[in-house]
Amino acid sequence: MDQIIVQVLNGLDKGSAYALIALGLTIIFGTLGVVNFAHGALFMMGAFCAVITSKILSASHRVVDETRTDFLGNPLEVETFYVQDWFGMAAGQTIMEWAVPIAIIFAIPVMILVGFAMERGLIKHFYHRPHADQILVTFGLALVIGEIIKYTFGANPIQTPAPPAFTGSLDFGVFLGYEAQTIMYPYWRLVYFFFSAIIIAAVFAFLQFTTFGMVVRAGMADRETVGLLGINIDKRFTFMFGLAAAVAGVAGVMYAPIVAPNYNMGLDFLVLSFVVVVVGGMGSLPGAVAAGFLLGILESFASMPAIVDILPGINQIIIYLVAILILLTRPRGLMGRKGVMEE
Amino acid sequence: MTDQTTQTPVSTPARAKPAKGGFLGLTSNDSTLLMIIFGLLIFAPFILNPFPEGSAMAQFNAGYPDLMQRFVIFGIFAIGFNILFGLTGYLSFGHAAFLGVGSYAAIWSMKLVTLNVIPAIIMAIIVAGAFSWVVGKISLRRSGIYFSILTLAFAQMSYALAYSVLTPITGGETGLQIKNTDNPLFGSLNPGEIGRANFFGLEMGNSYMLEIGNWVFTFNLGYYIAAVAMLVAFYLSIRIFRSPFGIMLRAVKSNQQRMNYTGLEPKRYTLWAFVISGMFAGLAGGLMVAMDTQVGPERMFWTASGEVVIMTILGGAGTLMGPVLGAGFIKYLENIVSKINKDILHQWFAFLPDGFEDLMVTLVYPFVGKGWHLTMGILFMLVVIFLPGGLVEGGKRIAGLFTRKKTADKES
Repeated sequence: MDQIIVQVLNGLDKGSAYALIALGLTIIFGTLGVVNFAHGALFMMGAFCAVITSKILSASHRVVDETRTDFLGNPLEVETFYVQDWFGMAAGQTIMEWAVPIAIIFAIPVMILVGFAMERGLIKHFYHRPHADQILVTFGLALVIGEIIKYTFGANPIQTPAPPAFTGSLDFGVFLGYEAQTIMYPYWRLVYFFFSAIIIAAVFAFLQFTTFGMVVRAGMADRETVGLLGINIDKRFTFMFGLAAAVAGVAGVMYAPIVAPNYNMGLDFLVLSFVVVVVGGMGSLPGAVAAGFLLGILESFASMPAIVDILPGINQIIIYLVAILILLTRPRGLMGRKGVMEE
Repeated sequence: MTDQTTQTPVSTPARAKPAKGGFLGLTSNDSTLLMIIFGLLIFAPFILNPFPEGSAMAQFNAGYPDLMQRFVIFGIFAIGFNILFGLTGYLSFGHAAFLGVGSYAAIWSMKLVTLNVIPAIIMAIIVAGAFSWVVGKISLRRSGIYFSILTLAFAQMSYALAYSVLTPITGGETGLQIKNTDNPLFGSLNPGEIGRANFFGLEMGNSYMLEIGNWVFTFNLGYYIAAVAMLVAFYLSIRIFRSPFGIMLRAVKSNQQRMNYTGLEPKRYTLWAFVISGMFAGLAGGLMVAMDTQVGPERMFWTASGEVVIMTILGGAGTLMGPVLGAGFIKYLENIVSKINKDILHQWFAFLPDGFEDLMVTLVYPFVGKGWHLTMGILFMLVVIFLPGGLVEGGKRIAGLFTRKKTADKES
């Protein structure tokens, strides 16, 4: 039993990332009808927002400290951080350590703008082209973004630590009456799970309870009629693209401490989150979220030693296997809507 | 399976003019095209080596065996992919799996049966064909993005399995090479000798160097074997494009429903196209092993599948020459542009004043050397956005500018 709980917990954080990316993909597909292969790149850009923020916050300059001397008797040059100059030693230190959460504040507007730019500059011209063309051009864009990141930041992963308050692990088993140390769960992963739950809830609430969201949902159901009612649906859809980009972006920001960002992570996540979307059902937001968590948890179950012993290699292929099975038995995916992307 | 040609009386479109008597059953246009390819392949060692040795431009020479083989092999791969994507419009994102499976089949044939490359290549084609039949049978139950995802899923599964569980067969991460412990059934090897791939006794690495003045031209046996394979592949591709079967595949792309109503089964034709393109991929995989006797699972990774997609689109999907051009273009970028470094750039821009020189080098540098992927990605995007017909369409447009034919617009 404790093994099972451990695997469910392990699956949650990866599942959260899948769910957030798949949610954004589905929003874009549901509103604009575009298959966005560059969505993984947006996730990666989010992760690099965290890297950039942490670099900016730890920008430093050298100051000659007259009171101290080095071993030759010269005045010592001390490396001081700008934030510590401005906010004082302790506060500056805290700000630097909390770079990742602070990055979210920067990432949201940046990613919304990136989303706008992408939609207005590129995707707009592809509404009336075949899906294959949309896939190809966004795939090309993903390659280009990845290469720009590689050129700017190098090919090696960049470690971006979580705030020290969240390092270490939570002894989760104790709450359930197990002995201490049976079920350990890193705090940051717990934070990631709750964070993504909040984001998902916020997106759903936004769509469900605001007038804007209502119009968007109406547009998803019948774009033409909404347009005939005198509503500029294109503008709202562009905003939704920005929102989807921001969701992917913050998912990336918060994921940076879990997996060190590198230029390839976008493509890695993209393939899996597409599988997630297809399993959940094209165009279904709850389907995308459910499938994200489901596949994340399944993946971690499949890597249990007991299961790998029986079916070696299953942990590598489980997601694809599930995707093939679901596509063949439930062509619309788990919760797909009728008439969306059928043939 | 019945022969496809027995199904044809339903449609006799005007484009499928039966070629009466022409060379190898081709119309005069097509046989010209084939002859062009033939000439290019034969004289590639000259054409690709236009600059004398030791000159500043010598680094742009692509006429060395390794690269010429790659041009041809990826040309075959792209020609095969084009039969599926160009004609039927089904976008497979998992074609590298067939290439990989073919490679594994070929190397096992060399390890166990004989070091002759011909049986190895035939093995590769057969095994890749069988594998693509299975994958196609399942994947083709869906279309559009679902088909792409299904093929991608199969390819990624093959990659993951080759990497982990199937290690006894695939060699896992290190892959397979011919070792001195291998003792093929036919062929005499001294104990401890590492076998080399051969063509009825002639080693693939055999080369003849021709020196004319400062120029050095290399004629490599392996390259010419691959070139023959490509010529055959190209010929088959022409025949498929012009055949009633090819018309059926175009019909799949334009309107499946109408095909269904006419009483034709689109899936059957598409499956055959899928298997044929899988066999082309297997041929390419087998040739790769014949040239360089080793295989690794990374050959099946999905980025490798993405590469063939890029080649085909860049050159021009649905055209005969497109995939060949695209493959050549990408491989040239990969091997030649990637070698340009800062020093070379400084040499090029040396004629400019110092400040401008540095500026130009800084501007150009991100796009060459290790950044060639960036150039490729941008080119690819530009082609998809502005030139959906690829380089071939670009060439036609440029030619159209000069000839100013008004009929060009009416062309359907």
